[in-house]
Amino acid sequence: MTNKKYEKLVKKHTPKENKLKYAITAFLVGGSIGTLGELLIRIYIMIFNTSRHQASTYMIITFIFFASLFTALGFFDKLVVKAKAGLLIPITGFAHSMTSAALDYKNEGPIYGIGSNVFKMAGSVIFYGIISAWFFGLVRYLWEVLVCY
Amino acid sequence: MLLNFRNVYLNNVSTVCGPYESFGPLHKNFDKCYKDNLYCKEKSFEKAEIRLLEDSIKILLKKTKLQSKDIELVIAGDLLNQIASSCYGSLNLKSPFLGIYTACATSIEGMLIASTFIDSGKTNNALVACSSHNMSSEKQFRNPTEYGSPKPKTATFTSTGGASALLSNKPSKIRVVNGLIGTIVDYNQKDPFNMGAAMACAAADTLYKYLTFTNSKVNDYDLILTGDLGKYGKEILKDLMRENYNIDLSKNYNDCGVMLYDLEKQKEVMAGGSGPVCSALVNYSTIFKGLMENKYKKVLLIATGALFSPIMLYQKENILSIANLICLEAI
Repeated sequence: MTNKKYEKLVKKHTPKENKLKYAITAFLVGGSIGTLGELLIRIYIMIFNTSRHQASTYMIITFIFFASLFTALGFFDKLVVKAKAGLLIPITGFAHSMTSAALDYKNEGPIYGIGSNVFKMAGSVIFYGIISAWFFGLVRYLWEVLVCY
Repeated sequence: MLLNFRNVYLNNVSTVCGPYESFGPLHKNFDKCYKDNLYCKEKSFEKAEIRLLEDSIKILLKKTKLQSKDIELVIAGDLLNQIASSCYGSLNLKSPFLGIYTACATSIEGMLIASTFIDSGKTNNALVACSSHNMSSEKQFRNPTEYGSPKPKTATFTSTGGASALLSNKPSKIRVVNGLIGTIVDYNQKDPFNMGAAMACAAADTLYKYLTFTNSKVNDYDLILTGDLGKYGKEILKDLMRENYNIDLSKNYNDCGVMLYDLEKQKEVMAGGSGPVCSALVNYSTIFKGLMENKYKKVLLIATGALFSPIMLYQKENILSIANLICLEAI
């Protein structure tokens, strides 16, 4: 049997994923997390009488704390399976990826285990985050220097 | 390569499983079940896997009334790097050791090597063991275990357990008739979440070769069992055999990955079980029992292995696969 024919056979027996359902779930869950974040920011502004910038930092820290706590307590992964990208794309997913890696490698010790593996998944996000931040910063700088002046 | 054996018998078997398998339909046939969690009373998942293997060896020795010094050869394999659980799990036996790897086809590979050693008179007996652990392999091959990233429906679930079998030249109820060492095949498969598709072609290749070499038909066997193709891979194999070789597998064929769990109730296993111990848990419990009780007369066991290397996949190479076959007969 040729590879092409085999590929056809595989396709025939590959069930369709309900992408629309996943997208709607992710939209609703991700959206509610966003709304919750906004709510937290407003509460923090009210309670601490602080700037919006400061309050949003507090909000992010709150999310990171709870996502990491839920991962450590062992049920965040079960929520992820249900909510999918809705929980993985916000900052909760980032915190979860680091905590889950740290938990996984705690038996290998602080240096060769946690230290070198904690960024196993988050590393790519940070690395390309910094590169794109630098790149867009450069674009914006050039725009302001060359065009605006 | 077809191997014919004249004087090899499967004397006894032992199976130890984890929590998910304990809640599966075959749980009554296992010798020991760790029902509480995947740590199996150990501190890490890797150590849990070693414990499962050790337990299965201990149980087998007890069942066969042999001592570790009586075991002339140990052949073991698993999924971890440097086949760590096999090495550590076999340490206490202090018997000559052969470490093997063909991923999920390991258990039958071990039986083939053991049978060859016994049949040629090099040893009188050999202990074949294998193990896998859902979390230790998840950690090794995919994402951190607590990450729980969403998977497609075709994904299989690495089963947790340790299984051992004792083969020897001492006659028993089950004879090892012959076997076939599979060849590595490449059908351009690149999806690590559809191992059934990656392995079905290897199973077809091995089964067809075996039937041709032995000049036998599918109906000559009471049961033909593949290792861990899962719900979808099983259908691929059936179609492939029908379309390509005009062989009908609809009557006496099943897959261990589908049998090990209740796919309706245990949704977390997705398309079914996988891992070296998946086929071993089914073969060494239910099939062994079936042969002992004369429910089956002659069975073909095909263990399918996806020779999946994450590094090679990232380097844009295909997922290779292999299938090893053994034929057991109740006498």
